[in-house]
Amino acid sequence: MRDLPWPARVYLVAVIGAAAALIVRSVVVSGAPVAPADLDVLLVLALLFLVCESMPTLLNVEQFAVSVSFSASLAAVVLLGPEGAALVGLTAVVSVRPGLPLIKRLFNGAQFAICGYVAGWVYEAFDGQVGVPQVNAFDDLIGPYAAATAVFVPLNIVLTLTMIGLATRVRATEVPMRGMGQFLLSYLGYGTFGLLVAGLWATVQSISAVLVLLPLFVARWAFGQYHAQQRSYDATIAALCQAVETKDYYTRGHCTRVSLASSMIAQEIGMGPERVRAIRYAGMLHDVGKLGVPTKVLQKDGPLTEEEFAAIQLHPMRGLEIVRGIGFLDEAYAGIMHHHERHDGTGYPMGLAGDEIPEFAKVIAVADAFDSMTSDRSYRGARPVPEALAELRKTAGTHFDPVMVAAFIRALDREPWQPPRRVEAPPPDEKPIKDHDDPTMPIEVVTGQ
Amino acid sequence: MITTERPRRAEHSLNTVLRRFDSGQLLLICAAGLVAVAGIGHTAAVGLDRAEIALGFGALIAVGELARLTMPGNREVAPIGAAAALGYTLLLDLSQHPLRHSALQVVAVIAVGMLAGALPHLAVGRPPRLDAMARRLLTGALLAFAFRPLAGPLFELTKPPTSTWWPALVVMVALIALTLMIDVLIAALLRAEQLRTAFRVAVRDELNMAFPLGAAVASSGVLLALATHSMDLVALLVFAAPLLVTQVAFRKYAGIRATYLQTVRALSRVTEVGGYVEPGHSRRVSRLAVAIGRELGMAEPELLELEYASLMHDIGQLSLRDPIPGGATVLTEPEQARRIAELGAEVIRQTGVLDRVADVVRRQCDPISDDPPLSSRIIKVANAYDDLVGPSTDRDRAGAALERIRQSSGSAYDPHAIEALTRVIGRGRV
Repeated sequence: MRDLPWPARVYLVAVIGAAAALIVRSVVVSGAPVAPADLDVLLVLALLFLVCESMPTLLNVEQFAVSVSFSASLAAVVLLGPEGAALVGLTAVVSVRPGLPLIKRLFNGAQFAICGYVAGWVYEAFDGQVGVPQVNAFDDLIGPYAAATAVFVPLNIVLTLTMIGLATRVRATEVPMRGMGQFLLSYLGYGTFGLLVAGLWATVQSISAVLVLLPLFVARWAFGQYHAQQRSYDATIAALCQAVETKDYYTRGHCTRVSLASSMIAQEIGMGPERVRAIRYAGMLHDVGKLGVPTKVLQKDGPLTEEEFAAIQLHPMRGLEIVRGIGFLDEAYAGIMHHHERHDGTGYPMGLAGDEIPEFAKVIAVADAFDSMTSDRSYRGARPVPEALAELRKTAGTHFDPVMVAAFIRALDREPWQPPRRVEAPPPDEKPIKDHDDPTMPIEVVTGQ
Repeated sequence: MITTERPRRAEHSLNTVLRRFDSGQLLLICAAGLVAVAGIGHTAAVGLDRAEIALGFGALIAVGELARLTMPGNREVAPIGAAAALGYTLLLDLSQHPLRHSALQVVAVIAVGMLAGALPHLAVGRPPRLDAMARRLLTGALLAFAFRPLAGPLFELTKPPTSTWWPALVVMVALIALTLMIDVLIAALLRAEQLRTAFRVAVRDELNMAFPLGAAVASSGVLLALATHSMDLVALLVFAAPLLVTQVAFRKYAGIRATYLQTVRALSRVTEVGGYVEPGHSRRVSRLAVAIGRELGMAEPELLELEYASLMHDIGQLSLRDPIPGGATVLTEPEQARRIAELGAEVIRQTGVLDRVADVVRRQCDPISDDPPLSSRIIKVANAYDDLVGPSTDRDRAGAALERIRQSSGSAYDPHAIEALTRVIGRGRV
């Protein structure tokens, strides 16, 4: 608590105070918040809430760790009324989440209690009947329940986001809005579980909770598996790409840095999460075809013959040939294929110009050249970031797409670049390799004969 | 001879379509066809009982079929459709009015719903997996024939004076568990026949695969059947929510699993593009290794590791300055081969997640006296065979290669792995 800024502390005390006042008031007004006969219902719902609350991160929107516990609160709104819903929400304080500090637990419990209380009021205001619903009264339940959900969910989000905003001093507007729509929709969707639990209570009591939860647990398990596979996949693709680079002493780590820079540009120009993911992989894989270029061509000192240059020009197509079997977005393929095209049409392999160049390729081209310039090479040291950016700016419009260069510079303003560590002198038998990505060292080709 | 993977794309003549199936699959498809015809014929003759309910559930089954997904191991599932079929089978009443649709009507609704859901797939050129559809239909039919006769008596129990739902719940759960078990056995039988897996291993694989999704589908189906007691057809929409979440999760999981395998397969080819190994070497070795592993009774998770390891067994060559001439590691110096294995294992260990795969790759050159893991022994045999035979389909060459490998049986190569290799080669398809 001590490391919280003072507005956050005031807010925290206010929320907890409000929750306490609501609960004390309900005790004073009605004697006991929940009738003794309903204690078993309260117990089951509180248990349900706790189980869900102890297993968050069900959602596939990465920025938010959310649980479906609130559907238990909403079921309590129907079965027990506002006081019961508040009590169920309060159990968030004792959720089984090791390492969660007491302050956060208190805040979670208090805000869930407030939300439950308010949702209960709304439910009653819309003529919702509190208590176990009659088997044939389900249709009357839907309207008030929807109103309660419509209040509960936004209130819950606002209370939490305000806290996050005050505590971390991130402006609420900077919380990614893109995922918000999807997030809100799935949140409201999860609200229906509470309706199912409440609606089926008269028939099979708590069994309904088990039946509703089972698919959710399975889903949670599958999401867990998915995330584990995803992490494993990212690690594997990075390791394999690095293996491809081991041949060239100086370019190690190039693929991961290009991948990072590409995703920074992609986010800056507003690509959606799926496309950002695809461009991350495309950036990672953009040079796998380089292995098809014989080492002696890469190591050759002096101008290349036309055949040798052709071997270099072919490497994006070789790369495409390798990755074509992977079920990516088509855009990722285009990005790998065309990452050496130039804005003025003098690049390779196809000589596309301007808007003919696929967007992914424009992004990767900038990231690729930037990392090449800011890394050590056998024939020169790494350039400082500002110098490399000046070079990008200078060639924007001829070599690079100005929009991508500008986006990259903006992204770097916010998130400074970590250039690779200085490469130690290579073992003595290491022959220098020309970097085909380096825009300041154009490949010289012998022509005319 | 060694052929490539059996064709999976759409064939146009009926003859070739039928030839793609094993006898077991054909039997299954015929049985499902007969049941479907009987169901639709009977229903057409006597008319639909409560047509609007049949229509609602049929529509949901169609939607589920439309949203089917392919789980790892090329298993096609349609969880939403299955849950809807389950729900329609288990219906006791709708808003307290008892429902008396017959088992044959259930079959008809499922069959028509599935066909309707398969049509859009067909229209965009994705032919239906007839065997998977047949299995889904037969499982649904089986449960319908077992449960529908009990529906009336069970509903009577839920009314006063007894007013209990417990018998209904118990019967539902028991019958679903039984049908799921039969479904798993059928799936395992088919798989054992199709891929030559040992039946016992196939049952275990299918159980592992079917259990999580089966539990989700079963509980949603029961939920739906119970929900219609107090709700009307609105239940159809509301109940689908939990299962929709599950479906999304599984689709993502299946997607990343497929991409993972595709990526390792694709990137294993960089050694070929770099001229380190013969074109197609990694893929051929991996197919051969997986076939041998299956022959030796390995379960699916182990087979996946074996496939990754065999695809990447030569990845250590990338760390060499220049390709070994010809690239065949069976002919290189043992020291050199060992170094390549070590380097390859190092690359794979970098992932931080594929430690067992790295271990298999590291020990692929160990002699039998060092007791390497089974997967390493398999890769060694498969690799040696492909180095000697390559893409050739010549029988004499295959025989000579086997003979040569057998000479080092027990010292360099595992005798069981050689036996299995001989059987796989003798069958003529990998």
